[in-house]
Amino acid sequence: MLTIEQLTKRYSTGDLALDSVDLQVTKGQVIALIGPSGAGKSTLIRCVNRLVEPTHGRIWLNNEQITGLRSRSLRRMRCRIGMIFQEYALVERLTVMENVLSGRLGYIGFWRSFFRRFPETDIERAFDLLERVGIEDMVDKRADALSGGQRQRVGIARALIQNPEILLIDEPTASLDPKTSRQIMQLIVDLCRESGLAAIINIHDVQLAMMFVERVIGLRQGRVVYDGSPAQLNAARLTEIYGEADWTGTAREEQDEQRDLPTSAEVIVPLIELPETGVGRQRVVGS
Amino acid sequence: MPVTVTGGQRCWQRRDRAAQLRIWLVWLVGTALFMAAWSFISAQTIWMFVWDSPAQAYDLASRMVNPRWDYFERILWPLWDTINIATLGTLLGVIIAIPIAFLAAHNTTPSRALIRPLALLIIVSSRSINSLIWALLLVLIMGPGILAGIIAIALRSIGFIGKLLYEAIEEVSNEPVEAIEATGASRMQVLSYGIWPQVLPTVAGISVYRWDINIREATVLGLVGAGGIGIQLQASINNLAWNQVTVIFLAILATVFVSEWISARVRHALI
Amino acid sequence: MTLLEVRGSPPPRQWRKQPFIVNPWVRWGLYLGALVYLVLAIGSLEFNWARIIAGMDRGAAFIAGFLKPDFTSRWQDIYEGFLESLTMTVVATVIGVLLSIPVALGAARNLAPLPVYLVCRGIIAVSRAFQEIIIAIVFVAMFGFGPLAGVATLAFSSIGFLAKLLAEDIEDIDRQQVEAIQATGASWLQILNYAIQPQVAARFIGLSLYRLDINFRESAVIGIVGAGGIGATLNTAIARYEYDSAAAVLLCIIAVVLLVEYSSGFLRRRLL
Repeated sequence: MLTIEQLTKRYSTGDLALDSVDLQVTKGQVIALIGPSGAGKSTLIRCVNRLVEPTHGRIWLNNEQITGLRSRSLRRMRCRIGMIFQEYALVERLTVMENVLSGRLGYIGFWRSFFRRFPETDIERAFDLLERVGIEDMVDKRADALSGGQRQRVGIARALIQNPEILLIDEPTASLDPKTSRQIMQLIVDLCRESGLAAIINIHDVQLAMMFVERVIGLRQGRVVYDGSPAQLNAARLTEIYGEADWTGTAREEQDEQRDLPTSAEVIVPLIELPETGVGRQRVVGS
Repeated sequence: MPVTVTGGQRCWQRRDRAAQLRIWLVWLVGTALFMAAWSFISAQTIWMFVWDSPAQAYDLASRMVNPRWDYFERILWPLWDTINIATLGTLLGVIIAIPIAFLAAHNTTPSRALIRPLALLIIVSSRSINSLIWALLLVLIMGPGILAGIIAIALRSIGFIGKLLYEAIEEVSNEPVEAIEATGASRMQVLSYGIWPQVLPTVAGISVYRWDINIREATVLGLVGAGGIGIQLQASINNLAWNQVTVIFLAILATVFVSEWISARVRHALI
Repeated sequence: MTLLEVRGSPPPRQWRKQPFIVNPWVRWGLYLGALVYLVLAIGSLEFNWARIIAGMDRGAAFIAGFLKPDFTSRWQDIYEGFLESLTMTVVATVIGVLLSIPVALGAARNLAPLPVYLVCRGIIAVSRAFQEIIIAIVFVAMFGFGPLAGVATLAFSSIGFLAKLLAEDIEDIDRQQVEAIQATGASWLQILNYAIQPQVAARFIGLSLYRLDINFRESAVIGIVGAGGIGATLNTAIARYEYDSAAAVLLCIIAVVLLVEYSSGFLRRRLL
């Protein structure tokens, strides 16, 4: 459904952030985009909804070309692409409800949005989503009164109320503690599965990525250097993505847990069972 | 090097020679400039009057210590006018300054090449010219009265509020703005959801601060005929009625303290 | 529960943006108060439309003067006015800075005993409460017409401005550094020099340069009441209906203000 062809981005400073990236995302597929800082992960997902203007290349969403769209049709396209941000990117002085409803801005006119007169169905949907992400008590709280995990839930609700066809998620857990990170990742993956949404998740926590996604893309210096399942991501391949480091250290933990696989020290096996036993799998909502 | 070795003896100085010389030079130039300026002023001054000034001051003070309290009734109405000039002028200034600030901030301006310099020009000219000068011009054009005072205050406030506000707009955090853009919102919606909530406290704070300043400015606009208590002040001074001037001064002092208190309270509540 | 699941038929949930002031009585009271004030204030305006329309010609003449400013015919006056304004600015700022330091020390509660504190705060309050023009009127009455009255005015206003900000800075300093110097057995002046001055000096220099900037702008108006400077030139030009010369003066003021602002900003960046 999302097709990226020969995507190249060179910033005006001369830095080449993306170098002919080709990528296909099928419906309902949740992808982790990994790679060192400066590999072009953020640039890549920002090119998809054109918060960053690509230098070359083309992008399609369901056979509709995103690149080359002009203002109004670009905005209509952005309605179909949800985005979740690293620092939550909430408007701090607006309430939780206003932040969630801002996801509907592309669908209503300026004056209606200015007077906060959203259609009843939107408000109904917002309440449902807030309930689903577990912060239905916070409706009229101001966003700056929330904790990090709660803020990210508002950010998720804002992206989902757009009724997107695909989610772009930029480092959703980088500002959160490990426990909250797992809860948030679980929530995102569950939500995608429920509505058959595709998602591209930028993430630098490799282990966390492997726990939740079905496909991993490794990016290095603006090029795709790995594209495959999390299971095949071994130390050699991590070295290829991130450069030289002691990856066996990461692997040894796995070895301890998987004592019956003594020879696969180099292979990092995704810890499928951890979310089951950990906090992640528990419903974060009291529904 | 601040530490030098002479004959096996280490010697510490606060600054090395070059830095010390530079500092002496700055002082030398500064002092020379001051002396030159002072001698110019001195040449323009009739010193006989200055030597006479203690006597003048004593005379003034003795005329002032006996305030004519019943005059207070006569300045209540001008005082009300003064407050109106400041308040309505500030209001008008804020209403005009907000769009100009959005046109001047480089992240919200519709055109960096054309409209932004124009908006900045308006801000600069408004800032450079004191409200009393604006009043002088407006009285000439519109005739004396409160209206000229209000517009003079508004014209001066546009630059002040516009400058502080456009700087605040340029400093808003970009992530929420990006997030609103990513939802497919239009430019106006991005302004009203992404940027406006971030600068709203600044707008309120600057406006109240300027209102406080404008109360002071409005007290003198009457000197050029633009309404308010300045008219009474001018008349009393011309008649050498210094006991009335005392009453006016005390009234101004009280008004200014109250307005400063209100302004400080409001700004404190906003933070 | 899934997102797309159709719910039974719960009552439709309502949401309205919460008003800024939650209590409706207070809210509507404030709205009403503001409305009443506006009606009263605007009602007390007197529009003399005949006069305003009559003045339009002058307005047009003035705008024409701006489009064709006349720098030459009054150049001597303009030049002398600016020279006077600039010298007044320099002298007044220096004097103001020098006098504001002791006042600020007295007005910092953590340094001064209460009586001194009250006196110094009183000086600051009076200096800040009165507009420069009013102070200029008093000084002109004392010293006679001329730039000396202007210097005194600007210096007096600078004291209030600078002393208030410096005193606030001194009250906000890091106590520990003062204690450390006190512990060495330093005298009061030594504490001032070693513990307090390093903490506040940089910002004070910046504020002084900013005040230089303000003093120039003010020097352009106090001439209207006879305290010297370019304001007198401007006033004369306007009184004689010489709009093209007045426009020239105004344009020069804008240019010099910009120049002073840029150079003081440049110095601030270089020094701090």
